[in-house]
Formats: sequence, C-alpha cells, structure tokens
Amino acid sequence: MNLLQLSWKNLINKPLSMLLSLVLFALGVGLISLLLILNKQMQEQFDKNLAGIDLVVGAKGSPLQLILAGMYHIDAPTGNVPIQSAKALMNPKHPLIKRAIPLSMGDSHQGYRIVGTTYELVDLYDGKMAQGNLWKENLEVNIGATVADKLHLHIGDTFYGSHGLVIDENLVHDDAPKFKVAGIFKPTGSVLDQLILTNTQSVWEVHASHDHEGEEEHDHAEGEGEAHDHDNHDHAASEGHTHKEHNHDHPAQDITSEELAAAGAIQRQALLDTEESITTLLVQFKARNYRTLNMQRQINENTEMQAATPAIEINRLHSMMGTGTDALRTLAYVIVFVSGLSIFISLFSSLKDRKYELALMRVMGSSPSKLFFLIILEGLILAVLGFLIGIFLSHVGMSVLSNYLEDAYRYSFSGWAFLKEEWYLLAGALGIGFLAAIIPALQARKTDISRTLSGV
Amino acid sequence: MLQTENLSFSYTGATTLRFPDINCQKGEHWLLLGQSGSGKTTLLHLLGGLLSPTAGSVKVGDTALEKLSTAQLDRFRGKHIGIIFQKAHFVRALTVEENLKLAQQLGGSPIDTDRIKELLDRLNVGHKLHAKTTDLSQGEQQRVAIARALVNQPTIILADEPTSALDDTNCEEVIQLLEEQAAAVGATLLVVTHDGRLKERFEKQIVL
Repeated sequence: MNLLQLSWKNLINKPLSMLLSLVLFALGVGLISLLLILNKQMQEQFDKNLAGIDLVVGAKGSPLQLILAGMYHIDAPTGNVPIQSAKALMNPKHPLIKRAIPLSMGDSHQGYRIVGTTYELVDLYDGKMAQGNLWKENLEVNIGATVADKLHLHIGDTFYGSHGLVIDENLVHDDAPKFKVAGIFKPTGSVLDQLILTNTQSVWEVHASHDHEGEEEHDHAEGEGEAHDHDNHDHAASEGHTHKEHNHDHPAQDITSEELAAAGAIQRQALLDTEESITTLLVQFKARNYRTLNMQRQINENTEMQAATPAIEINRLHSMMGTGTDALRTLAYVIVFVSGLSIFISLFSSLKDRKYELALMRVMGSSPSKLFFLIILEGLILAVLGFLIGIFLSHVGMSVLSNYLEDAYRYSFSGWAFLKEEWYLLAGALGIGFLAAIIPALQARKTDISRTLSGV
Repeated sequence: MLQTENLSFSYTGATTLRFPDINCQKGEHWLLLGQSGSGKTTLLHLLGGLLSPTAGSVKVGDTALEKLSTAQLDRFRGKHIGIIFQKAHFVRALTVEENLKLAQQLGGSPIDTDRIKELLDRLNVGHKLHAKTTDLSQGEQQRVAIARALVNQPTIILADEPTSALDDTNCEEVIQLLEEQAAAVGATLLVVTHDGRLKERFEKQIVL
C-alpha cells in the first residue's frame, strides 16, 4: 500500500468526480494535440508539394485557385492557355528557367485526377517505379501509390477518363479510348501518390475524340505512339521515333533523376510547335533574382496568362485558415483551464470529507509531507490519465479524419505519427495537475490532528 | 512506561489546564475518569503526542515526546502508541484489511497479513477482511479500530471513550477485548472515560 496506490484508491472511490475531471482534461489535451497534428501534417504536406516550384503559370483567374489546382490538385483549374502563348517559357533554352513543366488537366478517374505532363513532373516529386515502366505510348498511364491502392488498379488494367474531378457516370468519356496502366509509383508522401500521369498528347487525344467523335478517334488510335512526333497529328506512326527520342526500353527503376529530366525536357520540346493548349506550367528558376521577379509581373501585365508564387499564396491560405485554428486553440486552452479548475475543486472538496482520514493517517505515523504528496499524486494521476486519454482520442480522431481528408483534399494524413510537441503537452499537463493539487495538498499538510479528531 | 511531569496545556485564549502527574508501569491497565470539559481528551492527545504541552513533559519508555520533531513524533506514535477514538475513523477508500496494512506500513512495521487475519479473527470480525469500512456496523467498526490500534504491537494503548456509544453488553465486551488484547501484547492500557460502568473494572484510576 504505497502512496501511489493509496492515491489511486482514493480517486476511484469517487468515480464520478474523477470521470468529470478526466473527461474535461482529456478533451482539452485531445483538442490541442489534434490541432498540433493537423497543423504539422498540413504544413508538411504543403511543404513537400511545394517541391521547389517558384512560379505557377496558367490562365487568368484567382492566383490561389491556380496554385491549388496546379500544385495541390484540390481545386478546378482556371482554364487553359495555348502552348503558343507559353512557348517562350517552355523553351528548354530559356536563360532564367531551369524547367517549366506543362500540365494538362480536366479529366479524372474515380475522383483521381489524370494529368498530362512530361517525365519532369515525375522527377519533381521524386517518383520511383514500384511496378512496371514509365509511360511510353499514348494512353499509357502511371498511377500514384494511393490511386493503385484505393482503386485496386494493376499493371495492364484499363479505364475510361471522366470529365472533371467529380465521380459521375454521365461524365465518363466512354466514347474515347481507354487508358492503360503501364506503371505504378512507390509512395512518395507527395501529391504524386494521388495522381494519374500520362503524356500530354494522351489528354489531348481523349478530348479531341470526345469533342469530334468517331472519325478522328480512329485516326488517333492508329497514331498511337506517334505522340512525340509533333509535326502533325495525322502523320504516320513511327515507334522507332519514340525509342530514338527517349531510349527508355530498360526498366524505369534504373532511370536516374538526370536522365528523367533530360527525357522530360525532350518531351517538352516536342510540345512546342503544336496548336494545342495546356492548363498550367510549373516553373523552376535557375536562380531567383530581379529578372525572375520582373518575369512574374511581365506575365501578369502583358500576356493573357497569369503567374503566381506558391509560397505567397500558401501563406495567404494559412493566414486565412489560421483564424479558425486560433479560435479552436483558444477554446482548447479554456477547456484545459476549466479541467484544471475541476481537479482543484474535486480535490478540495474531497479534502473536507477526508479530514478525519488525513488526521488518522498522521496518528498512524504518516508525516505531514506524506499527506502533501498523497494529494499532489492524486492531481498528477488525474493529469497523466487525462493526458493519455486525450492523446489517444486525438490520434484516433486523426486517423478517422485522415480518411475524410484524403478523399476531400487528395492528401495522405497519418493518425499514428507522434510529435515531440506532445511531450511538451505532457509537461504542461503535469504542471496543471500539480498546480491544481498544490493548495489542497498544502491544506492537507497543515492538518491539525488534535483539533480534527476532537472536533465535533 | 508512561510518565508525565507537571503537564499543562492552554488553548489560545482559554484558561490553562494542569494535569496530575501520571506514572503507569509496563502492562498496567489504568482508567482516567473525569467529567466532560475536564480536559480528558486533551490529556489523551498530549499523551499520544497529538498535541504538544505548554509546559511539562511526557515520557513514553525512555523517549520524551516533546524532544521529537514533527516527523519523528509521527513515526514514533505510529510504531509505539495505539490510539482508539470515541468514533472509529478509517480511510474510506480502503477495505478493512487495507486499512490495517496501511497502519502497519505507516507505523514502519513489515506488512503481515497473517497477523491482520489472526487479530481480526480474535476480535470476531475476521469475515469482514475485504469489506469496505463504511459497510460495517458500529460495533464492528469499533472492533476494527481496536485491531488497528493493536496491529503494530504498541507499548501503549490509549482509548478515548471507547464505550460511551455502546450498550451494556457491548460495553462489557469491548472493555474485555481491550484488556485481553493489551495483555496479549504486553502493552500499557489507559482508558479515558466518563462512563461510570467502568469504575468497578479498573483498580488503578486517575480522576481529573
């Protein structure tokens, strides 16, 4: 029967007041911890997906929408821009631009976005093949790890794209050719996990066949593999041409980042002379300087396109969401304070009931400081238990929430990643337990045995 | 074994209580008689080290209580003095057995469940070992309180009005138990009371 056991027995002797203190404490801790986790994981996701992109270029509209659509794939695109307008930016020989990755969007499969692009996007997110190869032919796709997992897609599976990002059977392009899974990426933790990648020409092809129906579809179907032949769409197909350009017959796993970037740049070059459109360009500068700053202004003022800086837009978004999280956090602190108060009140009132017991313990040989620690321990036990329940709740909550968030925002969250901030939270919880117990504990320490026991 | 010398005590703002010198030998049974307000309980608290005297000294064996620090006094009391109060108090969150274990632990004795069981059996409450103290009848509570006072084999047992709430039969039984148990551990017994029924039983008496 040590002090800890005695404290525990005293607590469970009053289950209801213990429950109240615990529930309040767990709620407060849980809410704070949930906000910490959510905030941290959001930040990580956003940072990871920034992936060193300096500028996003697309059709005019809201710059935030452009970023959310082009980089995070959680919003509809602002529209398309003709390649001819963006040709200068896309030219691999541009003096300021390291690369400008074209993205063509508009279709999705089961809510996962199909993006027509070049190998440069794979390189940007550091995508590695888990199975299969990078796409070579038109209509071949590479899918992210989450897509493969959620839709149970395997190498060789085929599917129709559907228009927009919503899942709606009426919008399926079942009159267009099917996509075929050629490769599956390993999980990257970035937005790549949630995407279906193909070459730019495939996206055009599906839309062209959709728009013009039957006849042209045939042409394109025959022209499979000629995608990289940019001179003319109706031109005779030549598989050899493709191979010569990309030389990626060997397994994709062996491709280094440099090779991927080089092959991507060639694919990009191949797009330059077409009359088609793309949705966005993800631009990385060679170096940031006043000329690159000017470039953004120039694009915004002198062209029909707009250019947005992801870091600025994301900061704007954070500050907008910040108000909400601040309010929630304040609420959490209030709950924690109230729970501290509830521990204090329940200890203090139990002290009144227990004054005979405490005097009796002194009679039986316990020193005043033992009584002090007995009460302090009761406060600390409540705090630690409340903390544990709170942390448990927040992580369960997070794993429940992560399913929803993944569907809604195309992001992977994890419920069971623990943060070092949670240790600070434990320290805070212990502090509150101690503070709440200190006055009752001092009171217990001062117990006047004689007066209490003879007091009628 | 239990000696006092020129013992006096004053509550703040009240007149000073002076007590006659006491000298109880080992194993003796004494009765301390006095009317309400005569300072019986105060004397008992002084003897048990629950109160510090204004003047004078209390010696238990060779130890002068007033020379001990608070913590030392608590430890000494737990080990050597068993006190039975008029109303039995317990740590309510604990069972009968746990209360006795707590007494052993706080008194610095090794935890000895056999002794606890034996003691409770002797006091006829062995079957209440695992009961909550709040579920006991008053007579049972008083017996458990006696068991608790005895569990550390104290050298002195102080009982404050142990019979005042009991009827004649129970009164007789409790006093007999006290005497028996005190004799069993060879302790000095001092019963403080205003209960006239006990006058006949004790040869050695102090009247306040």
